[in-house]
Amino acid sequence: MQIPENVKKRLSIPADEHFYAGHTACQGCGAALGLRYVLKTYGRKTIFTIPACCSTIIAGPWPYSTLDAPLFHTAFETTGAVMGGIEAALKAKGYKVKGEDGVMVVGWAGDGGTADIGLQALSGFLERGHDALYIMYDNEAYMNTGIQRSSSTPYGAWTTNTPGGKKHFLEKRHKKKVIDIVIAHEIPYAATASVAYPEDFIRKLKKAREIKGPSFIQLFAPCPTGWRAPTDKSIELARLAVQTAYFPLFEYENGKYKINMPSPKKEPKPIEEFLKLQGRFKYMTQEDIESLQNWVLREWEKLKKLAEVFG
Amino acid sequence: MPIRKVMKANEAAAWAAKLAKPKVVAAFPITPSTLVPEKISEFVADGELDAEFVKVESEHSAISACVGASAAGVRTFTATASQGLALMHEILFIAAGMRLPIVMAIGNRALSAPINIWNDWQDTISERDTGWLQFYAENNQEALDLILMAFKVAEDERVLLPAMVGFDAFILTHTVEPVEIPDQELVDEFLGEYEPKHAYLDPARPITQGALGFPAHYMEARYTVWEANENAKKVIDEVFAEFEKKFGRKYQKIEEYRTDDADIIFVTMGSLAGTVKEYVDKLREEGIKVGAAKVTVYRPFPTEEVRELAKKAKVLALLEKNITFSVGGALFQDFSRALINESEKPKIVDFILGLGGRDVTFKDLDEAFAIAKNALAGEEFDEVNWIGLRKEIL
Repeated sequence: MQIPENVKKRLSIPADEHFYAGHTACQGCGAALGLRYVLKTYGRKTIFTIPACCSTIIAGPWPYSTLDAPLFHTAFETTGAVMGGIEAALKAKGYKVKGEDGVMVVGWAGDGGTADIGLQALSGFLERGHDALYIMYDNEAYMNTGIQRSSSTPYGAWTTNTPGGKKHFLEKRHKKKVIDIVIAHEIPYAATASVAYPEDFIRKLKKAREIKGPSFIQLFAPCPTGWRAPTDKSIELARLAVQTAYFPLFEYENGKYKINMPSPKKEPKPIEEFLKLQGRFKYMTQEDIESLQNWVLREWEKLKKLAEVFG
Repeated sequence: MPIRKVMKANEAAAWAAKLAKPKVVAAFPITPSTLVPEKISEFVADGELDAEFVKVESEHSAISACVGASAAGVRTFTATASQGLALMHEILFIAAGMRLPIVMAIGNRALSAPINIWNDWQDTISERDTGWLQFYAENNQEALDLILMAFKVAEDERVLLPAMVGFDAFILTHTVEPVEIPDQELVDEFLGEYEPKHAYLDPARPITQGALGFPAHYMEARYTVWEANENAKKVIDEVFAEFEKKFGRKYQKIEEYRTDDADIIFVTMGSLAGTVKEYVDKLREEGIKVGAAKVTVYRPFPTEEVRELAKKAKVLALLEKNITFSVGGALFQDFSRALINESEKPKIVDFILGLGGRDVTFKDLDEAFAIAKNALAGEEFDEVNWIGLRKEIL
């Protein structure tokens, strides 16, 4: 369908498509949706670095490509380093990097490739100050290898290597606060975003395009396959993660925190509402749920305090 | 006019990089090659080299950043050694598989354990199956020259493979020698600008690089790396010839020394070739018919040249600073392979020596020569011999 130009201008989500149909993501994949929004926002003038992850498959095997933009597939732990090299090369060639008319260098990596095996390269990328954007799409486990826990897997979750069993062997550590590690590098811009709130995500993408220096977005991207959830519940789950304050939306910009919750005055919903739609949490005891709930509220209070003091 | 300066091989490597004008250099400090990026960063700081210097947090990221930069279509250089090269291992395959003509200088050094920062060739030899081209320098001048030539070979459209140039830790990296620095103008003529015509990242024409290759395609991708290595043999000859014409210094894949009428030819690589040539002179003075050969190009392996060399001797004595356990040195394996189907072939005796910076003296070479003489006399001999072992501490 052709969208008239005057209508296009009023759309809050760009009409342009640079993420082709026929990709190989699972039904209800949050990562595929996220990648589509990135491409809608930046278009062809983007050079992607994608490590070994679900998106390797989503982007397609040779000779196909789902992305209508240059893309470099790289090894699992190298996203930060490779995109740094690309940015350096573009600068050396005299290309304009960033800005609406410049080239966006984007790293697109999962939580395992970022919070675990890729953390060193991410840290190097951040502290060197490359003019590029790193997006961690967070589906909370190693989904591509078959749902193994990562350090971004939440407390109480079932995965294939936290299988529950007679000894109640579930994930017993809370989700690693990767964004706090990122912020500790004192980069100009870091934010959380969710596929349930595309306008907020796109606004943040646009901001990252204008900010000089490295930026980072942690994008909450449900995985129905790995979360043992119905494929038509992805958006609802992503929304509940925000509404329960399990995954609050916020921005850190030049030392200042700003919370971007859709309904700022509402109290967080109970965490059970997020948990009960997913098979991965079904082994949790009441005690486990309380433990997770306490963690969520403690972290939420901490964030509110940060926004209050450094707002 | 070229200028002559007294410098270490590390400095010679940095000068080579400066002359080649890479657009991106990414490197991480490691003994003994730290001085290479250090010197390059001085060139950048003084405005003598217009390059982006990426100060990475590891060798793994150094080579990854080089891969990113090279994939974006610019000339790229790095340097490392030993553990650093081993850390790069995974990405070396990617650089070759994606046909990225990165050039890397290596101060050849032993691998741990035990921790050892001194010279042998185990680091680069262990990377011989990655698809990278490998050159070995005998002295500091060769380090400079071979890096320049490595760029030209690597970037040739018939090749498009990364290349590493090795020079011995401390023996060369930290030892000063007079080195002729060629004219920038001549180097510019020789190398030209790097303008990739193959796949590179550019928003003007979006392409995907490095995608998943199914069993239906993977073998063909690997075959192209085989083919590029084969092509490199001819390209190297051409580049060596052009270099000689322009700069007056002659290079050969295998360089021979007093091999005519030799019964025994010592074969080695790197700086050890200097010692061996002197040893050959000594034996020749005593009327003993021996010669020497130096393998300058190890990958692609100069099979034809090895076959020609083999025709000249009754015994090939290989002097190697590397080991494949339960097999022998790398040259032993490769020479044996090159000669196995020849109707007439010399005996091959392998000597493992000089590991982890152990000096190789005439006394060691005497020990090797005695065994080679046994082989020549038709007596029994061990195929693989460890030379200079301190049996009292074993």
